[in-house]
Amino acid sequence: MRTILYILQKEFIQVFRDKTMLPIIFVVPIVQLLILSYTATFEIKNIDLVVVDHDKSVVSAKIISKFSGSAFFNFKGVVDSYEEGENSLRNDYADQVVVIEPGFERNLQVEKQARIQVVTNAINGSAASLMSAYSISIIADFNREIIVDAFPLANIELPIRTQPNFWYNPELNYMTFMVPGILVLLVTIIGMFLSGMNLVKEKEIGTIEQINVTPIKKYQFIAGKLLPFWVIANIDLAIGLLMAYLVFRIPVVGSLPLLFGVASVYLVAILSIGLFISTMTNTIQQSMFISWFFLVVFILMSGLFTPIESMPDWAQDLNYINPVAYFIKINRMIMLKGSGFADFARDFYLLLIYAVSVLSFAIFRYKKRI
Amino acid sequence: MKDDDHIIVVENLVKKFGSFVANDNLNFFVRRGEIFGFLGANGAGKTTAIKILSGLSKPSSGKASVAGFDVGRQSEKVKRNIGYMSQRFSLYDDMTVKENFRFYGGIYGLSAKGIKQKTAHLLQKLDMLDYKDMLLSKIPLGWKQKLAFSVAVMHDPAVVFLDEPTGGVDPITRRQFWELIYEKASEGTTIFVTTHYMDEAEYCERVSIMSEGRIEALDTPSNLKKKYNVNTMDEVFVRIARSDA
Repeated sequence: MRTILYILQKEFIQVFRDKTMLPIIFVVPIVQLLILSYTATFEIKNIDLVVVDHDKSVVSAKIISKFSGSAFFNFKGVVDSYEEGENSLRNDYADQVVVIEPGFERNLQVEKQARIQVVTNAINGSAASLMSAYSISIIADFNREIIVDAFPLANIELPIRTQPNFWYNPELNYMTFMVPGILVLLVTIIGMFLSGMNLVKEKEIGTIEQINVTPIKKYQFIAGKLLPFWVIANIDLAIGLLMAYLVFRIPVVGSLPLLFGVASVYLVAILSIGLFISTMTNTIQQSMFISWFFLVVFILMSGLFTPIESMPDWAQDLNYINPVAYFIKINRMIMLKGSGFADFARDFYLLLIYAVSVLSFAIFRYKKRI
Repeated sequence: MKDDDHIIVVENLVKKFGSFVANDNLNFFVRRGEIFGFLGANGAGKTTAIKILSGLSKPSSGKASVAGFDVGRQSEKVKRNIGYMSQRFSLYDDMTVKENFRFYGGIYGLSAKGIKQKTAHLLQKLDMLDYKDMLLSKIPLGWKQKLAFSVAVMHDPAVVFLDEPTGGVDPITRRQFWELIYEKASEGTTIFVTTHYMDEAEYCERVSIMSEGRIEALDTPSNLKKKYNVNTMDEVFVRIARSDA
């Protein structure tokens, strides 16, 4: 036990003496949280819109004003021909083109039926469906107004009325959803990279050879490499939670000790992955590359940006070995829903087994012999 | 000569890397308290042998024991009883002199008080007490090597392995370094040292000379010079290293 204390003392001295370490530990997570939380948004705003108005009537002007008055649209102007509209889509001047047919007003009044075409750039499929949903709802609004104007006494109440109720995030604020996930992301990056780089650095400068001829036990050495970054990552989580509260007004609904308890187990898993990789590599370059590879896969599959439920079955199964997915899920449950331990006990136990296994692999894989 | 006086015993030691034979059937012993020079050209297999003896590497076949423990099966016990210093950086550049002593003293199980006393004693001998709070990175190489030696013997090991300890060190500092070695040997510590400086070979009680994985000669420096009928160890070395080349 005394040996571990001496190892820890050495590691802490080295970590905090490194001039680049303090900014990495404290500034990087804050910047990440601020930038990612504001930019990783799924809301579609500022849709660049061009209208092809073949009709040039009072009604078409009314429709155009509906679009240009909407907060979702960035109205770029009216053009005269369909070709011009298509061109603006092609050269990315517009995201969406609304085409009003010739004789629109007349058709509406005489035929009681008129047509509008909506063309959307669908390179990003989910953005496109949102964009077209926005325009359709604007047109639907307009439809209703026409009916009310034409039949002022008609009862246009629909027989089934839906009253949506959004729980846990009533304002549908995407930041509320993103911030808990991004918090997981930043402690993961700090933990996995710093621990892995630290061990492999001793290989690069050659001091590991001196360590290997001492009677240090393997688990003592790994513990010495793990604990400092475990503490640092927990501090980063605390800073992140404080920022989430102060900047984004996202409080932790559930229990804070419970959150840190899960984080502690999660961090053992993540740090051990970093250490495991570094026991198998000889240079910081190799270790960083492999860590990045796993991290990118872990993050993309974690449900941070896209719901796990909509992934194919094999991907969902693969997430059993994705520690990031476990913690993002649990962190969102605790922070937003105020879930208690019983609500995610199964995930927690899987995470615990995971942490213990990877830690054992790392200790086993670290060889004091060449 | 009693057998328990032999602190290092090597019998039929072979180390292969694939089809390459780095150590080809080595047989020798080192006496307790002896300064044993382990010479050979680059690539002769010295470092491989020293790594096996210090428990860093497993022999392919044959046996070796250090301080009474088998290097293959009891490597961790071997490690408890040896000191090791290589030409490569063995101390931490980003820690002070005192912190390096404290760390290595600590992992060899010295008490806090023991560490303090040893550090003060060893630094005083090096006349470096004033530098105890200086970062290693600020200290010149020759001094670093002396510090590394002091750290390697801090826990009073039975054997100290020195792998080219004076590489790149100026002649005056080298002489001071060898004074440290003599002093430690006089306390009964066995010194196992590799070097490329033949004047240093003269300081050893016995030397072995390796070539292409085999030990070609093993005797006292004066006997070797007599045997090859030359005046310096330099010439002995060239004869042996060249004869195979």
